[in-house]
Amino acid sequence: MRSTTADDPTPHARATAPRRQFLQTLGAGAATLLALDVLESLAAAPAAAAPPPAAPAVQATTPGPPPAGGPDPAPQDVLVRMRADLERALRKPATQRQWVMVIDLRKCVGCSACTIACVAENKLPPGVVYRPVVEEELGTYPHVTRRFLPRPCMQCDNPPCVPVCPVAATYKRPDGIVAIDYDRCIGCRYCLVACPYNARTFDAGERYTDGTPETSPVERLPAFEYGQRRTREHDASPVGNARKCHFCTHRLEAGLLPACVSTCIGRATFFGDASDPDSLVSELVAKPNVMRLKEELGTQPRVYYLL
Amino acid sequence: MKRALYVLWAVAFALGAWGVWERLTLGHRLAGYGSYVVWGLWVSAYIYLVGLSAGAFLLSSLVYVFGLQRLERIGKLALFTAIVTLLVALLSIWFDLGHMARFYRVFTSPNFSSMMAWMIWLYTAYFVLLLAEAYLAFRPDLVRWSRDAARTPIQRVVARWLTLGRTALDPATVAAEGRAVRILGTIGVPLAVAFHGGVGALFATVSAKLYWHQSIVPILFLTGALVSGGGLLTAVVAFAWAPRDDAWRQLTALLGRLLLVLVLVDVLLEWAEFSIPLWYGTSPEGHLLRQVLWGPYWWVFWIVHLGLGTAIPTILLVARGRDPIAVGTAGLLVAATFMSVRLNVVIPAQLEPALRGLERAFVGPRLVFQYAPTVHEWLVTLFVLTVGAALFWLGARILPLIDAKEVVR
Ligand code: SF4
Ligand code: SF4
Repeated sequence: MRSTTADDPTPHARATAPRRQFLQTLGAGAATLLALDVLESLAAAPAAAAPPPAAPAVQATTPGPPPAGGPDPAPQDVLVRMRADLERALRKPATQRQWVMVIDLRKCVGCSACTIACVAENKLPPGVVYRPVVEEELGTYPHVTRRFLPRPCMQCDNPPCVPVCPVAATYKRPDGIVAIDYDRCIGCRYCLVACPYNARTFDAGERYTDGTPETSPVERLPAFEYGQRRTREHDASPVGNARKCHFCTHRLEAGLLPACVSTCIGRATFFGDASDPDSLVSELVAKPNVMRLKEELGTQPRVYYLL
Repeated sequence: MKRALYVLWAVAFALGAWGVWERLTLGHRLAGYGSYVVWGLWVSAYIYLVGLSAGAFLLSSLVYVFGLQRLERIGKLALFTAIVTLLVALLSIWFDLGHMARFYRVFTSPNFSSMMAWMIWLYTAYFVLLLAEAYLAFRPDLVRWSRDAARTPIQRVVARWLTLGRTALDPATVAAEGRAVRILGTIGVPLAVAFHGGVGALFATVSAKLYWHQSIVPILFLTGALVSGGGLLTAVVAFAWAPRDDAWRQLTALLGRLLLVLVLVDVLLEWAEFSIPLWYGTSPEGHLLRQVLWGPYWWVFWIVHLGLGTAIPTILLVARGRDPIAVGTAGLLVAATFMSVRLNVVIPAQLEPALRGLERAFVGPRLVFQYAPTVHEWLVTLFVLTVGAALFWLGARILPLIDAKEVVR
């Protein structure tokens, strides 16, 4: 990474400022992601092989499965539970999985680690974002409070973005994920206007390091969305396409949780298979304080919020 | 005067070509639209131009289908106008695609639940029909031109080429072709209505945008097409018609009255469009309408659309309805300023974040709920318009747009 350029005082002030910001956030995001993946796989190892010394340090957020006899005071990290849920789901035929996401708004601290982890994971260019954290300020000074609402793609069960596509490039998968076929999409952007959550963005071909002497090597790295390897070189897809969150399908297939779930420092984002009654998400969506965004539109989102 | 126009065109074309060069080499990087305001000037120009096409065609059908004798002389001109405006409209929307080379997919893998796919298939059918109808309507005159020594060699060659080898001029053939033109025109009327109504429905069916999601929108698209297409046709007849005789004066007066009626009907529908949601001030799309009326681009509505495009033409048509130049000016104003109406359909709907606070959630140049066309976008649109102007110029020179017998007379 050309940190010297990033630290230059002003010659490319306009270009370097966002670039520096980007590199920092990207670096931070990637680091968190790596660290958490390691943590996750450590924690997911059978309890006998690795007694969890670090787990108690992380604040537990759910009761977890009932302790198998005997007192078990050490609460289990939700990531461990979700990882086990995921493994179970992956053993089922793909058509029987029903991926859902649950976001606990009381736990979200508005750190945007998920947003940045997603940018790092999917190598998102400027103008493209899959999971912004919407901040709302309520009340008037001095009685103000803020609310944070992470907004991934809702993977609607009745998705308005799918029927509008003139070439059927966007479609609903059997596991519930709404996917985009990058090689088929003509870039008309009808799906962008049709999404009632602004969850789709357009890849106009830019890079964060445009206008600087050298493109950042990070931005040349391939992304693996939908299990494909793409580098955005020479304006090839996904440049010119609609892009959106896909629950990190490529990570799921590798047995990893979506990047935003792994990196959520508040443990506010949950993910799993709703068709498995023993999964954490099945428990959570049955809570009375659950809601979905703009439900009145009939889109039937697969992202649930806990209030 | 003529010289100045040529120079103006050449400069505009050169600038436009530069914009196209930028578009082809730099993709969408210089465009002002992005991830939240996703459709901009080019989409607006597209619906404006297809509106002109559908409007001109529907007026030509007055001649061929409803046998409006007094308008007979402009039948072919109207058809030609419809073809040229459709062609340049497609050029405009083509530049807007993220992947220009993939446009054919709308034919090879269409998804018929999509209103966009329907619109594309309908205007393809409409285009084929326009070509067939124009061929049959022009053919007798083309045959005459190809044999007419008074024509320039180029005119004769082009005319001969365009007859596609059918040179029969006997009354039976000509009459049969006349009937065929009428049949095609009759099919064309519902097709043009469906096609341009479909353009309106493309917007109106999007439930995510309350500003578009209204039943009156496709109807407004149709009246808009008739108004703008009628204005353009009126202007072309008033300014570009060769013999400035009595017939010309009568024709422009008739077109002027027709245009006046269309303008007034459109005003009525627009009143409905604005007054109903705004009346009690509580409708969900109300603030977007207020944005159109009193926002930073208020002048687009009040000055360009209502002032230049509605009030002044209405005054001209009422007060000077017998003066061809005044009527032509009115038509030109109506047609040219109608772009403001199209912009006011496309842009405002996209200015509202789907969730409050989204505009501040993750910031970046393409993640804003604001839009103004960039110089690059204007240049590309300039290119599209200069291509249209060139096609008109060419057509007026090498095609018998006006009946041969008229010119002889
Ligand atoms: S949130 Fe938007 S992009 Fe995602 S499935 Fe629903 S309509 Fe489609
Ligand atoms: S932008 Fe791509 S995915 Fe979206 S509607 Fe157009 S072709 Fe389909």
